[in-house]
Amino acid sequence: MTRPRIVQVVAALGVAVLLAPLIASCSGDADEGANQGAGEGEPAPGVTDTTVVVGTHHPLTGPAAAGYASISAATSAYFAYLNDNGGVNGRSIEYIVKDDGYNPATTQSVVRELVLEDRVFAVLNGLGTAPHSAVLDFLDENEVPDLFVASGSPIFNQPEKYPWTFGFNADYTAEAKALATYAQEQHPGATACLLGQDDDLGEDFGTGLRSVLGDDGLASEQSYTTSNPDVSAQVAAMKQAGCEVVFLAAINAFSALAVGTAAKLGYQPQWLSSSVGGDYGTVSQYLGENAALLEGFVSANYLPSHFSETDEWTTLFRQINDEYNDGAPFDGNTVYGMSVGYLFAEALANAGGTPTRQGIVDAVTSGDLRGNGVVPLALSTSNNGAYQGVQVTVVAGGVQEYVGDPYTAEQGDGPVAPYTGGPVALEDDGVPTS
Amino acid sequence: MSADVPLHARRPRWRPGPAMRRLGLTVAGLALAIGATFALEPYRAYQVAVVAAYLCATAGLTLLVGRGGQLSLGHAALMAAGAYGFGLSSNALSAGGAAGAVRLVVPLAVGVLAAAALGALLGAAGARLRGPYLAGLTLAVVVAVPAITSTFSKALGGDRGLWIEIERRPDALRPWVGAEQWQAWVAIVAAALVLLVLGNLASGSAGRQIAAVRDDEAAARLAGIDVTRVKVVSFTLSAAAAGLGGAVLAYVTQIANPGAYSLVFSLFLVVAVVIGGLGSLAGAFWGALLLVALPEATSSIAETLPVSPALAQRLEGNLALLVFGLLLIVLMIAAPRGIHGALARARGALRRRWRARGPAPAPAPVPESAAARAPTTG
Amino acid sequence: MDHFLHLLSSGLARGAVFAVFALALVLIWRAARIVNFAQGAMAAATTYLAFAVTTATGSYWLGLGAAVLGGAALGFAVERGVMRHVAGRSPLNSVIVALGVVMVLQAVLGIAFGNDYKPMAVPFSMEPLWVAGTPLLSPYDLYVLGAVAVLLVGFGLLFTRTSVGLRMRAAAFAPETSRLLGVPVSRMLTLGWTLSAAVGALAAVLVIPTELGLNPHATDTLFVYAFTVAIVGGLDSPVGAALGGLAVGVLLSMVTGYLGSTLAPIAVLALLVVVLIARPSGIFSARQARQA
Repeated sequence: MTRPRIVQVVAALGVAVLLAPLIASCSGDADEGANQGAGEGEPAPGVTDTTVVVGTHHPLTGPAAAGYASISAATSAYFAYLNDNGGVNGRSIEYIVKDDGYNPATTQSVVRELVLEDRVFAVLNGLGTAPHSAVLDFLDENEVPDLFVASGSPIFNQPEKYPWTFGFNADYTAEAKALATYAQEQHPGATACLLGQDDDLGEDFGTGLRSVLGDDGLASEQSYTTSNPDVSAQVAAMKQAGCEVVFLAAINAFSALAVGTAAKLGYQPQWLSSSVGGDYGTVSQYLGENAALLEGFVSANYLPSHFSETDEWTTLFRQINDEYNDGAPFDGNTVYGMSVGYLFAEALANAGGTPTRQGIVDAVTSGDLRGNGVVPLALSTSNNGAYQGVQVTVVAGGVQEYVGDPYTAEQGDGPVAPYTGGPVALEDDGVPTS
Repeated sequence: MSADVPLHARRPRWRPGPAMRRLGLTVAGLALAIGATFALEPYRAYQVAVVAAYLCATAGLTLLVGRGGQLSLGHAALMAAGAYGFGLSSNALSAGGAAGAVRLVVPLAVGVLAAAALGALLGAAGARLRGPYLAGLTLAVVVAVPAITSTFSKALGGDRGLWIEIERRPDALRPWVGAEQWQAWVAIVAAALVLLVLGNLASGSAGRQIAAVRDDEAAARLAGIDVTRVKVVSFTLSAAAAGLGGAVLAYVTQIANPGAYSLVFSLFLVVAVVIGGLGSLAGAFWGALLLVALPEATSSIAETLPVSPALAQRLEGNLALLVFGLLLIVLMIAAPRGIHGALARARGALRRRWRARGPAPAPAPVPESAAARAPTTG
Repeated sequence: MDHFLHLLSSGLARGAVFAVFALALVLIWRAARIVNFAQGAMAAATTYLAFAVTTATGSYWLGLGAAVLGGAALGFAVERGVMRHVAGRSPLNSVIVALGVVMVLQAVLGIAFGNDYKPMAVPFSMEPLWVAGTPLLSPYDLYVLGAVAVLLVGFGLLFTRTSVGLRMRAAAFAPETSRLLGVPVSRMLTLGWTLSAAVGALAAVLVIPTELGLNPHATDTLFVYAFTVAIVGGLDSPVGAALGGLAVGVLLSMVTGYLGSTLAPIAVLALLVVVLIARPSGIFSARQARQA
């Protein structure tokens, strides 16, 4: 009986040996790495005369997919609009979206596929703090532009350590400072609590809050984990602590859960939510009939409001959504996805007629990009974060609207200051030119 | 026959025993595999590393389920134990300033031990159970993994996982060996080790005992086999193999997080060993290969389909799941011995056809199967 | 004390649903001596059906009815189409095939409906009723408890007082003898599956609206908990399923309320281990030995 087994073992290893070169030969020349195109006259990977290929990793399946899956579709729709209008410097943008199920191990795999197999020019809008931090070293080693990461964590804003990585979302700490300042103005002396996700989102948000409210400014700090959709204990604890003001550093589903659970306990504090979990459209859907609980809900945002009837960007995006996005619902995620696409297109246009990887990074840090937010872009040679400020939104009569002036903040312990420059105006119908 | 041998018996030539043969062939195969990695692109090398890591787990699982009859639906939890054991010890060694081979080998060993300990516990708890009860227990364990990492989130990092400081490839090799290639080497060596150990086990008396316990516990007990010990030992070894796989995976991805070792992945492992061929190590290899190749293949197919972007997104993750499920159902009904069984049948059929067309009706050796089926004279 | 009562009552309500789901598992066990690992995914599929019907017609009750009927049909289809062909060989085979069914169902649901959470409407309010200043059960909880009670009584009568029930039990207990006595064994098997799937569908429709929302994986944890309940109560005892369900529901509620919801799966695992070590056949089971 020993012989067949030995044969099996050897056959197994032998097949591996045989298959490997076969697969290798099928997929083209065996290079040493993805860092090609470093020479002067050679085109960068992912760039041809007519196309630019970029890729991303998003959770399209799994529990995290709810609430994020529509973003990449919106970005694709924007690129479709852009390509129909001549593209950028004569090139169409092709957007490859890979599913990673919010699992850092899968992210490792799909990002390697994007960089080494699909040979993308850049990685755009990688989503999730945990998934994306798993690939920072790889992207840095291979000198791949890692643009506009979908996270507000300061991890993605480290120009010395990761010069190729740039964040997009409003910095969690800056956002927290803005909301805390607003709370102090509107509810002076009120007892405050925090319900945060048990990761960077919750932690960085807490840091920002404490820097404005003081180290003992929070009567109770609760956290939840996404694998456990039950926050009744946390909400009960906050009610016990007598909090009149509750800050939420949570994703949309858990914001809804918190509000709903509190109502069941007869507890109705003033809610102030991070932009991450403050999209009225999504949260009210979760609450269904109880959407009225969201009256007075305070959140923050930095992109054009998707409720607005007058904002030019919103009008444009709505048109694009109708024409190119299969009639998908138009909400905060749609505006977000299209804004990311716009910023990338702007950077690509700025990178010139023959874009290189270094070229687009230079364009991003040049300070010439304007974006489309209510606060100016903070990108520069010493800052790898796009948005460092937010404007407060309040839900009134079932509509979420901006109030007051936006606040912008420096990184670190600096306070926030109001910004009166006004939102970025729409130019050229959202088709950037160099 | 003995009548032909002269009275002074010939001294038999020394021939290497089966274990030695297996060792030799494994080493040869290992050398070949490592040599082959030089022809691979970095991405393929990375995939080979992942396949080899999965192979450690599937090898253990296929023997446990196929030979031992113990269905474990929670093998991902054992891989997780290996991964976190690896991560915690690698970080501890790094913090202590260690470097070099120690920082690679010791954490791998810790991962194996952690998984083996958990496996021993599960084996002991499940020793009195059969079939669905053990399956249910392992199911509860794997569902508890995210809860455990969240409860001890200071040490284990909760949902976002544990970032691991690893020992990268030695500086001496840097000019010739790529990063992904080195990862593949580590993984292949680990897989070869697992195949060797489990192969030896399965073909020896231990393997027979395990099969005896599976077939008829009462009879095995009557024959003097310590049933509980056999079950616990087989579960522990299977867990150790899975732990090595998890540790290697943690090394390759540099992170240990609960999402990578979910209930869904545990089920995928079972699917892989069933499709590959329950009970055979070659089947474990096919299963591991399938786990990596199929999602990529279905992803490429989904990309080329002319559907709307929203539907394409929905297909992206779910198509692989669908194909796996269908394969599983069809195979269990039509070809329960999986890929390996189908290949073995094909090989057997080819061999019979070749013998039937054989040149001369000389006294050909009686085919083993015929001899086993019916006692023949002479 | 308030907190305790609140936790107790919400635990009972949740436990009632576990009991129903466990009952479905017990049904299949008694009918076919296998554990239906596809129970959860089948129930998720029928809940999507209820969701679709309710969205189209605006009526919760039509949706509920569609789910139960759909569940029966699905149970019939799975048994005839898939399970029948692997029965008789090792019990592992049926478990593995059931896993295949789970994957197919979850993938199809994900492709057809997407993986996002769909909130579901309910006919009764989920706000707890206040009794002497303590929040206790909500109207919805009472509805769930009532449905469970009706179901249990109904099944008790079915199995003990009707000839169909007697035939089903005979077919499961001694198939060869029953066949000789004229019991259509395979038809009883199919009937068992059909009933079990319908019961599972009802349980899922009752519990899913109380969670985050409907998605293809909504019943994964529910299945694990229900399986634990079935083991704790004894796989062949409907009474055990009922009492075990309530016990597990209360345990989960207490652990969540006093120790934090993160520990819930660990508590369930601990309970399972304790029961399996102390009384492997289940607390209410008649058998002593655990023979699969």
